[in-house]
Amino acid sequence: MEFPVTARPLPEDPMIRSLIASARRAQLNRRALLAGAGAGASALALAACSTGSGEARPSAAADKSSSDKTLNWANWAAYIDEDDAGNYPTLVAFTEETGISVNYEVAVDDNNTYYGKVKDQLALGQDIGADTVCLTDWMVSRWIRLGYTQELDHDNIPNLSNLTPSLREPDFDPGRAHSIPWQGGFAGIAWNKEAIPGGLESVSDLWDSSLKGRVGVLSEMRDTMGCIMLDNGVDISGDWGDEEYSASIEILREQVESGQVRNIKGNSYLEDLKSEDTLAAIVWSGDITVLNAEAGDKWEFAIPSAGGTLWNDNFLVPIGSPRKTNAETLINYYYEPEVAAEVAAWVNFITPVVGAKEAAIAIDPELAENQLIFPNEQTLSTAHIFRSLSGAEEQKYQAEFQSILLGA
Amino acid sequence: MAFAAFATAEALPQAPKRRSRIALFLLLPGILYLVLFFLTPLVSLVLTSLQAPSEFGDIGQYDYAFNWQNYVAVVEAYLPHILRSFGYALVATVLALLFSYPLAYFIGVKARRWPLLQSLMLVLVIAPFFISFLLRTLAWKQILSDESFIITSLKALSLMAPDGHFTGTPFAVIFGLTYNFIPFMTLPLYSTLERLDTRYLEAGSDLYANAFTVFRKITIPLSMPGIVAGTLLTFIPAAGDYINASRDFLGGPDTQMMGNVIEANFLVLQNYPAAAALSIILMAVILVFVGVYVKRSGTEDLL
Repeated sequence: MEFPVTARPLPEDPMIRSLIASARRAQLNRRALLAGAGAGASALALAACSTGSGEARPSAAADKSSSDKTLNWANWAAYIDEDDAGNYPTLVAFTEETGISVNYEVAVDDNNTYYGKVKDQLALGQDIGADTVCLTDWMVSRWIRLGYTQELDHDNIPNLSNLTPSLREPDFDPGRAHSIPWQGGFAGIAWNKEAIPGGLESVSDLWDSSLKGRVGVLSEMRDTMGCIMLDNGVDISGDWGDEEYSASIEILREQVESGQVRNIKGNSYLEDLKSEDTLAAIVWSGDITVLNAEAGDKWEFAIPSAGGTLWNDNFLVPIGSPRKTNAETLINYYYEPEVAAEVAAWVNFITPVVGAKEAAIAIDPELAENQLIFPNEQTLSTAHIFRSLSGAEEQKYQAEFQSILLGA
Repeated sequence: MAFAAFATAEALPQAPKRRSRIALFLLLPGILYLVLFFLTPLVSLVLTSLQAPSEFGDIGQYDYAFNWQNYVAVVEAYLPHILRSFGYALVATVLALLFSYPLAYFIGVKARRWPLLQSLMLVLVIAPFFISFLLRTLAWKQILSDESFIITSLKALSLMAPDGHFTGTPFAVIFGLTYNFIPFMTLPLYSTLERLDTRYLEAGSDLYANAFTVFRKITIPLSMPGIVAGTLLTFIPAAGDYINASRDFLGGPDTQMMGNVIEANFLVLQNYPAAAALSIILMAVILVFVGVYVKRSGTEDLL
């Protein structure tokens, strides 16, 4: 909405600009509000700045990287190489090389909760305390759509030429102007080898009556629904719509309501596999490698015969960060194949850096052959990326999915 | 919150007029605190609950409006969860009372002769608080998992169907709620029973009342303040609890309570008006419950 009230030009500062914008909104709505709620004026003032209706897109903060050699990086747990003393060897080397000291924070444990924490500041164009964050494709897509990211200067990231070709043109960010992959992974099926010696092949095998009450699925809509839709013969990267989604969600609803599916979880599904509450599940690839190393070699992961999903977590620079160039320097560093191989050897996810596999052979030849870390063309062709959803689609599909998670 | 409202309503008329300015001045920090940290969020919550989706807005974008239909919509969509929340909370409160009363009676009355035992038992009641509530609930999830000793033994004894399970069922959620809130029930009960004058009990039996009548006519009425405080301290948080029923802890898809619905609407669906409307309904229903309960149990003077 634009209001034809402005006589004077607005101040430059993005924060003051958006404050003025929200104050105007509050004024215009005040009559309706008082009639409706009879609320106190102090609360109004406070409430007025508490939501971002987001009509005005925030503008990027000025870059002061040349004088400020620090960087705040928010990332997920166990997502970077770490030594026994709790240091991050590749980051230490980065600081030695560039003089930029990095404050690495494990601040993201869920795309949604992290978004909930920072969205109001983002809408105002403020610094969220992180100069780069790694988030999953669909969440990155939302940030870009809402104008919450800064455009990256590819001249500062020459190593970007090492990016895997298949990841260069995602539908949410053509040409990678705003986001650059950090690590990726597959969602597929895993099973307990002792309980199911015959193994599983497809997602429909999870619905076998012998596994009643012992099956888990992920609470991440795109991975669970992606696997089921693929099993149903839908190309999830292609042009599907309501009909295809509904057909697949009915399958899930039936399996949850009949008690075939025991539970629907995020990262904590690993505990269920460990305690054997679930014997088979839709899971993330890297986790199973770690679980096998931690709790005895008991589980096996496979990409289902009809295909699994492929997702990536991507670096992005939040709109209010004043250290964009430092972030670009960091991204460039992690696109050196030797550095990428060092990280991949530790985190067990898929590295997007071409040449990392060759570099990994020097570290551990066996690791370089692991299809879940360094997939070849054939493996990659069985994994599909869930297409981007519009805001309205996201709301609708997510509501249907949540209605199953919440039961009746 | 209800307590604060009652207190100011009664205290003000009695205050001497001459000193009222100083009293007001001294009250200022408290009033400011309440306005800032209770009233403003509450008003903000009410306003959010009436918001309507922005025109052409993206996910999670809402404008202020007077969209009272939000309330109708959430009740229609989530009535089973609302009923389940209060049902589970009620059962858990009754169970907690049944477990806590004998325990509190023993510590507060029977153990008076052995002060050491009394304090040891009190410590045992409080000790779980030293470990995070989340960790304890997760521990129970492991203890009660399908391949655990308890569940496999129950199956071996045919007390449980061979393909049955415990975690993810309503029993597990109510178990968790009861377990987690027992200390909140035991401590207030203990503090009233500890002051119980046993001479009344002797007098009762001197007058030929049997043990049950003494308990019903003397002990229960004298411990009523503890019962009311304990049930309120258990029921209110249990109705709004979203940890025990969470799918990550003891619950499953068919045990979700109001707290879980609010969480999903707020964090995943970004449907802030629905989450706010549900929170207000939860608060309002609890307030009505508590009001009626306190009136019926004849303990208004407690508040």
